[in-house]
Amino acid sequence: MPEVFRFPKSLKKTLFHYCPGCHHSIIHRLLCEVIDELGIRERTIGLASIGCSCFLYFYIDVDILEAPHGRSCSVGTGIKRARPDLVVFTYQGDGDFAAIGLGDSLHAASRGENITAIMINNTVYGMTGGQVSPTTLLFQKTTTTPYGRDPKKEGYPLKVAEILAGFEGVAFCARGAVNTPQRVLEAKKLLRRAFEIQLRGLGFSYLEFLSACPINWKMDPISATRYVDKLAETFPIKVFKDQLSEGKNEA
Amino acid sequence: MMAKKVLVKGVEAIALGALEGGCQCYFGYPITPQNEIPEIMAIELPKRGGVFLQAESETSAINMVLGASAVGARVMTSSSSPGISLMSEGFSYLIALELPCVVVNVMRGGPGLGGIEASQGDYFQAVKAPGHGDGRFLVLAPYSCSEAYQLTAKAFELADKYRNPVMILSDAILGQMKEPLLLKSLKIKTYPKEDWALTGAMGRPSRVIKSLFLDSKELAERNLRLKRKYRAMEKEIRYEAIFSGEERVIAVAFGSIARICKEAVLNLREKGYEVGFFRPITLFPFPGKALLNMAERSLGKVSLVVFELNCGQMIEDVKLSLCGKAEAISRYYPPSILPFPEDIEKELKKCLKSSGFPKV
Amino acid sequence: MRLEVILSGFGGQGILFAGNLLALCGMYQRYQVTFLPVYGPEMRGGTCHCTVILSDKEIASPLVLEPGYLILLNLPSFIKFMPRLKKGGLALVNSDLVKKEEITNFEELIKGKRVIFLPMNTLAEEVGAPQALNMCALGAFNGCLEIFSESTFKKALKEMLFPSKAHLFESNLKAYQRGFQEVKKIVKD
Repeated sequence: MPEVFRFPKSLKKTLFHYCPGCHHSIIHRLLCEVIDELGIRERTIGLASIGCSCFLYFYIDVDILEAPHGRSCSVGTGIKRARPDLVVFTYQGDGDFAAIGLGDSLHAASRGENITAIMINNTVYGMTGGQVSPTTLLFQKTTTTPYGRDPKKEGYPLKVAEILAGFEGVAFCARGAVNTPQRVLEAKKLLRRAFEIQLRGLGFSYLEFLSACPINWKMDPISATRYVDKLAETFPIKVFKDQLSEGKNEA
Repeated sequence: MMAKKVLVKGVEAIALGALEGGCQCYFGYPITPQNEIPEIMAIELPKRGGVFLQAESETSAINMVLGASAVGARVMTSSSSPGISLMSEGFSYLIALELPCVVVNVMRGGPGLGGIEASQGDYFQAVKAPGHGDGRFLVLAPYSCSEAYQLTAKAFELADKYRNPVMILSDAILGQMKEPLLLKSLKIKTYPKEDWALTGAMGRPSRVIKSLFLDSKELAERNLRLKRKYRAMEKEIRYEAIFSGEERVIAVAFGSIARICKEAVLNLREKGYEVGFFRPITLFPFPGKALLNMAERSLGKVSLVVFELNCGQMIEDVKLSLCGKAEAISRYYPPSILPFPEDIEKELKKCLKSSGFPKV
Repeated sequence: MRLEVILSGFGGQGILFAGNLLALCGMYQRYQVTFLPVYGPEMRGGTCHCTVILSDKEIASPLVLEPGYLILLNLPSFIKFMPRLKKGGLALVNSDLVKKEEITNFEELIKGKRVIFLPMNTLAEEVGAPQALNMCALGAFNGCLEIFSESTFKKALKEMLFPSKAHLFESNLKAYQRGFQEVKKIVKD
């Protein structure tokens, strides 16, 4: 009988601490499946950043280093430069990657650091209680934009994938989501591609996932999962750049 | 082969010492007066299969250091005062994660943008609180090119030994002055890193290097363990002293101003004055016991005069060390006001003359 | 033996190069040496100076309040450093840019001190190396003291010149020799 389901080797057998309806756990699992399938568990270093996902090491069974807030791409640079044989991924939220760490993120991308950056975009600061983030939608209410994000005051949502796609050092740039079964399957393919790009040494691979935060959006899990479609109106789900499919094989 | 003798700046001696110490990776951001260090590393490291990368800021540079250290590389950065402040968050993480690295601070005048003249204004920052939280650096203060070379090489060994950052605290004068340097090959120990570095979970359980401890008991235990480590570092205490027991006044100084003081003290001793000299080489741990010892071994009443290129910082450590057994006086020179040996001689003579002058 | 020199002039006159070269020659002559460039905005434009010490004992302070020797290539340097020259000390002065008659307290400044005037710019121009007046000054200085041999000078000069400036070796050497010979006419051992 063909095997249709298996607990990933790289996923630790423990319960997730994430809130009901949060998408982190789905993405964690997909990440572990990809690590298993590519057979890279024994040479992968994950970077946990600051935010809800700082406890990445409770769930993902690879060597993990905790990076200071926003600095994962710089820490990843240090690792990859010192040990190019290791596989490096960062796992960051929109606050970590695109607010406090935007400088580190953009420069690592621009240098074409051969690492994979995963950015979970849920438009709010989850861990600190739902404050405004660079990716908060226009007129979206957060605890620090109680009257809604006003473009005159807080400016406009920052579209990171759109920026990075234009960088020469970026070999892969895509935005996905996990709010429908179809998108979950797509998301896994994107993850796999991002790591393949790194394994071939093609350059920086960036993968953004639109993700639900029911607690801070003040929604039930089902509404929050549906609301991700609303996010996709501002942040289109698509592959912006994929040098592997464009025929580039080796760096 | 005979060791080569070269005429080099202090900062060049630091870079050469780092290479001798087995430095494999350098990450940094340019700032005066230490740019020769990254420039030399940019030439030399690639030749040796090492890594040089100029980061987009000091903040990212120190985090690159953090990453390289976590996977077991011998790694360093260098900067000057304002850049060191920018790195301080990273310093705290490095201490907390127990990651070895070497950090060079060629101090310039502050606060703020300050100036590029010699200063020792970052003494407190280096020895008391390199970052937030309860962490310390092992701090070495060379006062010549050959000491800069030797101590920088040694710093890599000490960093690995204690799994803690080690700082080389220098200044613009020592950094820019040229002196002959004998390029001796040094015996720098290495320590195995397989039992803690992140190298991929091959043939062993996966490993986590982290500094978040939400369980308060766990955090307290970790900090007490770090404290024991700082205690253990006392084995590394180094200092230079000119003292016989008959001195009535002892000049205490580190780094560049220690050279000026030493000149003054040697001149005065030649003329028969009862003056001594004490130079801490490790600033943390501070050679306080040696200072107290001197005070206790003195045949008569002794005063210690602390000369610094700041508005009085090390004086506090000297006072604490003396436990009230001797008087400690501060003579301070903020940036731009560099004393000549003659000025120091005058100060020391004044102190010799009057035993009852006001304490600072 | 202990020799303390301050070299001073305009930025661009090659003061730091000459000071560095002097220290390197001293090192090759087996002396302890220090070379301390002035550190600060003065490095570009205005006056620029450095302190060189040669000694057969360990050198503690690289700073010198009253040096025994001065090499002064312009007027502001003369005004600034003459008062610091030790009694009985020697100053080598570039007469092309330092005119006695332009200095109101000249006699007071040189009282108890030896001063040798040499037209450094002119001498350098005569050997076809107008930019090498610093080497002229260094030659004159060594002509007075004979601290190092010409072969030491050549070795040090070769080391100091960047590969892109290697073609300047001969002209620099000529300027050095000219300064050396010229001062010998004034100073008889």
